Amino acid sequence: MAYKHWKIERDDENICWLHLDVADSSTNVLSAAVLDELNDVLNEQAQSLPKGIVFVSDKKNGFIAGADINEFTVVKNHDEAMVMLNRGHDIMNKVESMPCTTVAMIKGFCLGGGMELALACNYRVMCDEPSTRIGLPEIKLGIHPGYGGSVRSILKAGPVAAMNAMLTGRMLQGRQAKRMNLVDDLVAERQLKRAARFFVVNKPRPKDLGLKDKIMNHRLVRPFIAKQMRKQVSAKAHKDHYPAPYKLISLWQKHMDNPRRMLKEEAESVAGLVTDYTARNLVRVFFLQEKLKSQGKKSAFNPEHIHVIGGGIMGGDIAAWCALRGFKVTVQDRDPGVLAATMKRSNDMFRKKFKKDKRSIRNALDRLMPDHKGIGVKHADIIIEAIFEDKDVKQTLYKTIEPQMKEGALLATNTSSIPLEQLASCLNDPGRLVGVHFFNPVALMPLVEIVRGDNTSDEVMKKALAFGRQIDKLPLAVKSTPGFLVNRILMPYLLEAVEMVEEGIPAEKIDQAALNFGMPMGPIELADTVGLDVCRSVAKILSETMNVSLPAKMDTMVNNKKLGKKSAEGFYKWVKGKPVKDKNVSYTNTKDLEDRLIFRLLNEAAACLREKVVDDEELIDAGVIFGTGFAPFRGGPMHHIHAEGVDAMKSRLESLASLYGERFNSDQQWASL
Amino acid sequence: MSKSKTAYIVDGSRTPFLKARGKPGPFLASDLAISAARPLLLRQNFPVNNIDEVIVGCIMPTENEVNIARVIALRLGLAENIPAWTVQRNCASGMQALDCAYRNILSGQSDIVLAGGTESMSHAPVLFNDLMVNWLSLFMAAKTTGQKLQLITKIRPSYFKPIIALLCGLSDPVVGMSMGQTAEQIAFRFGITREQMDEFSVASHQRLAAAQDNGKLDEIEALYDNMGNAFEHDDGLRRDSSMANLAKLKPYFDRKYGMVTPANSAQITDGAAMLLLASAKAVKKYNLPVLAKITDSQWSGLDPKEMGLGPAYAMAPIMKRNKLKIDDVDYWEINEAFAGQVLGCIEAWKDKDYCKQFLDQKTAFGEIPHEKLNIDGGGISLGHPVGASGARIVLHMANILKQNNAKRGIASLCIGGGQGGAMMIEANDSAAEE
Repeated sequence: MAYKHWKIERDDENICWLHLDVADSSTNVLSAAVLDELNDVLNEQAQSLPKGIVFVSDKKNGFIAGADINEFTVVKNHDEAMVMLNRGHDIMNKVESMPCTTVAMIKGFCLGGGMELALACNYRVMCDEPSTRIGLPEIKLGIHPGYGGSVRSILKAGPVAAMNAMLTGRMLQGRQAKRMNLVDDLVAERQLKRAARFFVVNKPRPKDLGLKDKIMNHRLVRPFIAKQMRKQVSAKAHKDHYPAPYKLISLWQKHMDNPRRMLKEEAESVAGLVTDYTARNLVRVFFLQEKLKSQGKKSAFNPEHIHVIGGGIMGGDIAAWCALRGFKVTVQDRDPGVLAATMKRSNDMFRKKFKKDKRSIRNALDRLMPDHKGIGVKHADIIIEAIFEDKDVKQTLYKTIEPQMKEGALLATNTSSIPLEQLASCLNDPGRLVGVHFFNPVALMPLVEIVRGDNTSDEVMKKALAFGRQIDKLPLAVKSTPGFLVNRILMPYLLEAVEMVEEGIPAEKIDQAALNFGMPMGPIELADTVGLDVCRSVAKILSETMNVSLPAKMDTMVNNKKLGKKSAEGFYKWVKGKPVKDKNVSYTNTKDLEDRLIFRLLNEAAACLREKVVDDEELIDAGVIFGTGFAPFRGGPMHHIHAEGVDAMKSRLESLASLYGERFNSDQQWASL
Repeated sequence: MSKSKTAYIVDGSRTPFLKARGKPGPFLASDLAISAARPLLLRQNFPVNNIDEVIVGCIMPTENEVNIARVIALRLGLAENIPAWTVQRNCASGMQALDCAYRNILSGQSDIVLAGGTESMSHAPVLFNDLMVNWLSLFMAAKTTGQKLQLITKIRPSYFKPIIALLCGLSDPVVGMSMGQTAEQIAFRFGITREQMDEFSVASHQRLAAAQDNGKLDEIEALYDNMGNAFEHDDGLRRDSSMANLAKLKPYFDRKYGMVTPANSAQITDGAAMLLLASAKAVKKYNLPVLAKITDSQWSGLDPKEMGLGPAYAMAPIMKRNKLKIDDVDYWEINEAFAGQVLGCIEAWKDKDYCKQFLDQKTAFGEIPHEKLNIDGGGISLGHPVGASGARIVLHMANILKQNNAKRGIASLCIGGGQGGAMMIEANDSAAEE
C-alpha cells in the first residue's frame, strides 16, 4: 500500500526502513494525518513482521520537529484536547509494543513529539554533529510532553536529568544526550545506518537506570526531590503565570510508581494546560518568533566578513558574537589596550558557549582579528559602527571609511540615540546606512532592531534583516524615531519607577510589583543594571520628543557617581554583582504600583503603533517580549490590552491619569484599538 | 641581475618577539604565525586564495602542530586546496622556508607563496627519559593489580629526571658542544675579548631602542592574548643595558673561565615572521606592490665546533658570484646568536689567511662596517626565536632598504650543526629590466 507521508523500504535482511517525508512541508511534523497514517503502516507491518523497523527522516533539515503546533491552536476544550493526546498515546504505545525491534535513526533536530516517538522505540542512534540536537521543549509552549515523553524520558535518563531537560526545555547536544542515556549510541554520519542495523540485529541489553536514579525515583524520596525542583522552578517561573512545570513535577511525584497510570495522567495534565491562557500566549510568542525570523528571509545576501569599529563592550561583544556565528570578523579600535580587553571578553564568551570544546573556541578566536589599523574596512560586507554617541565623531569616521568600502557593503550603526538621517547626511551614498541596534548583553538578548532611516534603501534594509537572522538573532524592522521601539517603550516604565522612588515608595516593592506582573526583572534593578548614566542619556534624548520628564533624582544620583551595578551603588547597594534588597520593607498601599508601571508601558506601545514605528501590533508584541523580556505568558503588551478588554483598560488608564497626572493621558491610538 | 634569479617580496609582517620567562608563554608557534599572517593577508588587494603554497620554518612545534605550516594555513582560513609544508634547518628554518619559496618561484612552480618562520621556544617540550618510558611500557602491559603494584615499587627518582628538549636542541649532538661553547671556540680562535662582546651587545640594545623610538619597526603586528594583554613591542629590550651592567654577568656555557654570558647571547624568545613572495608574472598580473626582491641565496657547511662562522661561509659565494666588494653592499644583517660569533665572522673576513684557506678567496674581503651591520638591533636585544629569525632578518633587510632608499643588502645567519645561510636582497629600482 502507498502512503502519503511514509515510505517503506524492506532490505534483503528483512529490516524495514521507515522513511518519513511529510508531504507539502519542508519539515517533518507529527500532524494528526501523519500519526494516523503511521498507525496504518504499523498495522501493515505487523501482518508480515520485519526483523526490525528503523525510523528515518527524508528531510534534510532534521528528523522530526515535533507535533503540529497549529493543531494546538484550534483545540477548543478539554475533550478535543484529549482526542488529540490519546491519538498520540495510542500510536506511541503501538510503536513501543511492536513485536520486532524498533530503532530511531536521528539526524538533524529531533524535538517534542519527534523525541517522544524516538523514546517509544527500543533504541535510538544519533548522528554526531552540531546540528543534530534532541530535546523536549514543550515547557516553552506552556505545556509538558504529552505523547508519553515524560514517562519514557525518566525511565531512560533517570528523574533528575530527564526532569531537568523537560523543565528547561533545552536542546541537548549529542554528547549530553548520550551521557544522559537518552540515546543508545552517538556516531558519525558515515556509521549511522550500520549502527541502526547493529541494534536491530544484535538487540543489546538496554542500559538500566543506576542505583542513584532508582533511589531518586522511590516513592519515599520523590517528595523531597520534588520540593527541591519546585524551589528551583519558582526562581524562574511563578506558579500562577507558568503552571506547566509545576504540573509536570506533580505528575512525576504522584505517579512514577505506575508508569501505565502515569501515561494516562500525563495526557490529562496536558489537556488541562493546552487550552489554558498561558499555553495559548506562549504558542503565540512562538509564532511571533517565527514571524521575526521570516523577516530576515527575504534576501539572498551572503556576507562573509564583518568589520566592527569600536572595541568597547557593545562593539567588542557584537564582534565576538559574529565570530561565534561563523563570520570572519575584524574589530577595530585605536587603542590596543581596548582590543586586548575585547579579546579577553570574546574568549570568555566562546568558553561559555563551547565549554570544553577547545577546537571550536580556537576556531572562533582565529576568525576574530583585532585590527587597530582598520585594514578590515575594505574587505567587509558589513561594517558595524559602535563607537561612542557623538554625531561629529561618527560623521568624521564615516567620511574616512566610505571611500574604502567595498561596493555593495552595508554601513550599520549601533547608535541608540542619534537619528540616522543626521548621520547619513555626510555620506555619498546615504542609502547604505542602516541601524543595527543590539541590546546588552549581546550574547543573551535575542532581539536586534534593524533601523530604517529616511534614506536607507530597500535593498540595504533587506540585507540587514537577513544579516540579523544569519547571526541567529531575531531581527525587527523599526522606523528611525527616537528610542526606536524597545528603549522608547521601556523608558516611561523605568521613569515611572524612579518617580515612585522619589515619592518614597521602597524600591523593593516597586520591583516586586513588576515581578508580580511577570517581568523578568524589576525596573529599579534593571535601571541599576543598565547604568543610571546610560538611562539618563537615553531619557534625555527621548524627553526632547516625548512626553517624559527626567526625574530630578536621576540627575542627583548620576552626579554623585551612583551609577548602579557598575559603581556598586545606585538605587540599591550592589555586593558581588547582586543588589542588596531589604525583605522587610513595609509599604501598604501597593494597589496602584503594578498598574502605574505597566500602563505607562502599554500607553507608549499604543503611541508606537500610531506612529508606525513597526508595521503592526504583532511586531510590537514581538519586539517588547524579545527586547525587554515583557511577561511572555501575557503574549505581549498589545495582546494584553485586547485580552483584558480595550475599554476596561482604557478607563483604568484614565483613572490613573486623574490620580497621577497627565503623563497617563491615553494616547489617541486607544480609540482605534 | 639576470631575470631568472629574481623573486619579489610583496609584503611581510612579524609579531613582537616575546622573551621566554621560564614557563610556557601565551602563544603557540601556530598562534604566532597566524597573528603575523592574518593582517598581512588582509592588507592584500589580490584574492589571497590564489596563493600557490604555504611554507613555514619551525624547529619545535608542539605535538599538536605536526606539519605546522598546514595547521597555520587552515587556521588562517586559506582554501583547503592550497598545499602547505614545513621545513627545518635549525636556526635557519625561517630562511629555509623563504629559500624554498624563492626557488619554487624561480623554477616557475609557484607564483605566490606565503612563507616565513615561527617558534615558540617557551613551549619547547619537556620529555620523559628512557628509563621512565621503559617503565611506563611495562606498567601498561601489566595485567594484574599485583604486577602493577610490584612495578610501582621499582620506580627510582632518576626516572623522573626530565629531558629539556630546548637544551638538547641548543647543543650539537655530533661534537657534543653547546651552542654557547661554539661561540667560545670562535672567540678563542680570533682572540675576541669579553669587552668586545659586551660592547657589541650594549650597541644591539641601543640600536633596537632607537629603532623603536624612531618608528623603524612598522613590520610588527601587535599580539593579543586571551587574558586581556596586548604585546606591541619586542619585550627583551633593556634600555638600561651598559658595560657596567653586563660585566656583572657570569659566563654561562664555559663556567668560571668563559666569556659568553646570557647578556651577550641571543635571548630565548617566542615570535614569528611571515612574508609574501611572488614571481614577476604574479606581480604584473595582480599589480602587486613590491617591497624588495630576493636575488640570490646560498647555503654552506663548516666545522660544527665553529658553527657561528656560518655567515662568513654562506655570504662568500654570493659576493663572488655577483662580483661584489664590501662597499657594494649597503646593509648587512648577521643574526646575533652570540656577540662572539658575529664578531668572529667579521674577523674571518678580515683575515687573509682564513679567507684563503676556508673561503676559497685569494685575498681578504675586508671589514664589514659596524654602522652598516644590524643597524636596528638583533638577536641579542630582540631575541632569536630559532625558526623565525631567518625570515625576520630578510623582512627587516627589505624594510631597511626601503627606509634608507638603499640598493642592496645581505642577510645571513649561522646554523647549529655547522652551517650558514645567506640571502641577497635588492631594492626594486630596476623594475624596468623585467
